[in-house]
Amino acid sequence: MKELSLNILDIAENSFKAKATLTEIIIEENSETLTLIIKDNGCGMTGEVLNSVTNPFFTTRTTRKVGMGIPLLKSEAEMTGGSFEISSQSEIEFKDTHGTAVKAVFNKKHIDYTPLGDVVLSIVTLVQGHPDSDILFNHTIGNKTVVLDTREIRRVLEDVPLNSFEVIKWIEEYLLEQYSETN
Amino acid sequence: MKSLAELQAIKDRMKDKVILREGSEEIRVVVGMATCGIAAGARPVLNTLVEEVNNEGLTGKVTVSQTGCIGICQFEPVVEVFEPGKEKVTYVKMDADKAKRVVKEHLAGGKVVAEYTIAAYKE
Repeated sequence: MKELSLNILDIAENSFKAKATLTEIIIEENSETLTLIIKDNGCGMTGEVLNSVTNPFFTTRTTRKVGMGIPLLKSEAEMTGGSFEISSQSEIEFKDTHGTAVKAVFNKKHIDYTPLGDVVLSIVTLVQGHPDSDILFNHTIGNKTVVLDTREIRRVLEDVPLNSFEVIKWIEEYLLEQYSETN
Repeated sequence: MKSLAELQAIKDRMKDKVILREGSEEIRVVVGMATCGIAAGARPVLNTLVEEVNNEGLTGKVTVSQTGCIGICQFEPVVEVFEPGKEKVTYVKMDADKAKRVVKEHLAGGKVVAEYTIAAYKE
């Protein structure tokens, strides 16, 4: 991927597909490393499935036989000398605590590090595509934080859909405004 | 600073529109947003479609949504247009500029942009 924010968009799609009602996207950044955590309360995976998701020749889709999303993120993180972890609890075994968490650590100073890119656009795209599930986005840069919690927005909007154009625009500007204050 | 009060104002404005919109949508535009689509540049295509549909005043008539892998990854970014009573139109190798033209000429103007369709690439 050209930007890490595109991986975020791609990996978070899995959470919606797993019927998560809440997907947390957490980025923690300092001058040396960037840690990305994507955590959901979706249906989770059994141990067998979990062991095969980093294999590109495993996929849940039926249109073709290669699933690149997770292997791509893993290799991009490891290429920078970082790390990758995935854990999951399936709803069959864990009735109340099911879900999946992906954690990737990148060394920002490594030559193979892919810049984060336009993360605001990725978040807005996720809200546009999945107006009925919630996203908690939290990006910490040094001692500043950018936050979006769609649950708060939903409380104000009541039955107005989150993917209404004006709402999407508001969310975009809300995030951009917070980023301008981190500079 | 953006405030939740502003959001409240949006909500009050939107409430009437929501009732109006129900059942009146005619055209469905779907963008492939699986790994293949995203890597090929689907994100700006999706965002341009959403933006331009609004700019052309088509929000009541057109919905833009996202889907997974459509199965023709070599042609990504792929955009499909579904219109009742008409055959599905599949646009391939899309970018933001092409998306703009599709909104103007096809969604607003009713004329398929033939040169961007999959048929044009298969020849």
